Amino acid sequence: MDADSIIGAIFSFENYGELLVLVQNSIWAGAVLGLLGGLVGTFVMKRDLAFAVHGISELSFAGAAFALLIGSDIVFGSLIGSVAAALLLGLMGVRARDKNSIIGVIMPFGLGLGILFLSLYEGRAANKFGLLTGQIVSVDTVQLQVLAGAAVLVIAALAAIWRPLNFASVDPELAEARGVPVRTLALIFMVLLGVSVALSIQVVGALLVLALLITPAAAALRVTSAPVAVVALSVVFAVTATVGGILLALGGRIPISPYVTTLSFLIYVVCRIVGSVRAKKGINGRLVHAR
Amino acid sequence: MKPVVSLRGASLQFGKRLLWEDLDLDIRPGEFFAVLGPNGSGKTSFLKVLLGLQELQSGRATLGDRPVERGSKLIGYIPQQKSFAPDTPMRARDLVGLGVDGHRWGLRLGRSGANRRIDELLELVGASDYAKVPVGQLSGGEQQRLRVAQALATDPKVLLCDEPLLSLDLHHQQAVSALINKQCHAQNSAVVFVTHEINPIIDYVDRVLYLAGGRFRVGTPEEVMTTEVLSELYGSHVEVIHANGRIVVVGLPDATTHHHADVHATAGKVA
Repeated sequence: MDADSIIGAIFSFENYGELLVLVQNSIWAGAVLGLLGGLVGTFVMKRDLAFAVHGISELSFAGAAFALLIGSDIVFGSLIGSVAAALLLGLMGVRARDKNSIIGVIMPFGLGLGILFLSLYEGRAANKFGLLTGQIVSVDTVQLQVLAGAAVLVIAALAAIWRPLNFASVDPELAEARGVPVRTLALIFMVLLGVSVALSIQVVGALLVLALLITPAAAALRVTSAPVAVVALSVVFAVTATVGGILLALGGRIPISPYVTTLSFLIYVVCRIVGSVRAKKGINGRLVHAR
Repeated sequence: MKPVVSLRGASLQFGKRLLWEDLDLDIRPGEFFAVLGPNGSGKTSFLKVLLGLQELQSGRATLGDRPVERGSKLIGYIPQQKSFAPDTPMRARDLVGLGVDGHRWGLRLGRSGANRRIDELLELVGASDYAKVPVGQLSGGEQQRLRVAQALATDPKVLLCDEPLLSLDLHHQQAVSALINKQCHAQNSAVVFVTHEINPIIDYVDRVLYLAGGRFRVGTPEEVMTTEVLSELYGSHVEVIHANGRIVVVGLPDATTHHHADVHATAGKVA
């Protein structure tokens, strides 16, 4: 394959207008998942759960693969897998070190199970590959409705526990003393995270969930510490990555996930540079009085 | 005046390790009350009882007219200074904001009220200049001022302080303890101040509770910080020296409090 055909495979904008109409649902799905990922991601960062997201997504993959094998609903399968993993982590890993080792144990087990189920499956190969790398192109209206409904539920629940969850995430000892139900909130958040991971897997696949749930929030945190700005930027970055990724991917022949992850990564790199330039200049919001 | 904190026949024991037994205590509004003792003597557990995080073996503890409960609105709590990681996603004013409404459900709507209160509190502790700086980039002393502001957010009747001066330099020790004392007198709040070092607060303290070796003594610093009383508490001879308004305790026995993992040698330490 020469350079021209590679570029042709990655970027091609022939018949773009017609394609756009065809993938309307996917674009909406991408926007919804960007919104969800951006919101949930800020708490993933505050609670230091990046590794947990990865662990949950592997179990979610196993659940989806099992559903595929027995001919059941894939979304439902991945939901079961990820919520089970999230609850397990929430119940067992109270301390950070515990949590990381439990994730390290669960993750390869989940991936192994998933591979087992996929090897037993005799259907289309594209279905298998899709679980790992995403398959947003084929979102139909019903799927979109289910996705949007689930996302609305997760966001509403997150809004309801927003302040105490934030308190418990950034200042757990004091939150406990002030009567915030720290343990319960941790479990509720793990369930919300599990659902978000399962939904995101439909778009970017099990291997790339981090690009949706971690990278945008991490990028936002490089450039600001103001809570409202962090949330707003995180959402904007995530939606830009998903919707932008889908729009770019339309013409090419390769899956959508590389576009989404690359955009997400570039945003992070830019934010990191901006953040370090500001740190070098010593800009951190402190008022300096003239002497 | 009616006491705001009361303990009656309070005992606390972890396994075979007795921390204290049959403790009767009343702390009045406006009183600066210090809790002293070596590591592992149950100072922090004493605070946890008042916070409602630790059950008593026997006896009872009341706050105002009610039994102690977790999350009581009467209490403000200043934890041990523990530095935030440099990239903690929170600014100084957000830390104070946690004290204002961090425990409430839902999102913060109607921001102006909360913002005004946060500005007041920052002003009160002299932290306005770094209100927008990420907490991880502030010094230990600055962080501890914010902790004071955070604890005062609800106008507490009782201010519980767990070694709030630990790892601060002398200047910040004085500034933070003066702030706490101000709240004690200006708002007539009771202050319960846990520390292993009485000197930074010696000018403010009304009474002390000294815990050691499963025994305790309550009284004014003059009554408790004497060679006789401390020798009796520790069960061996220790010498208390008063010099220039400071109190030096010499000859503290090693590991006075049994076989506890984090008991450090305290011999010769200034207490």
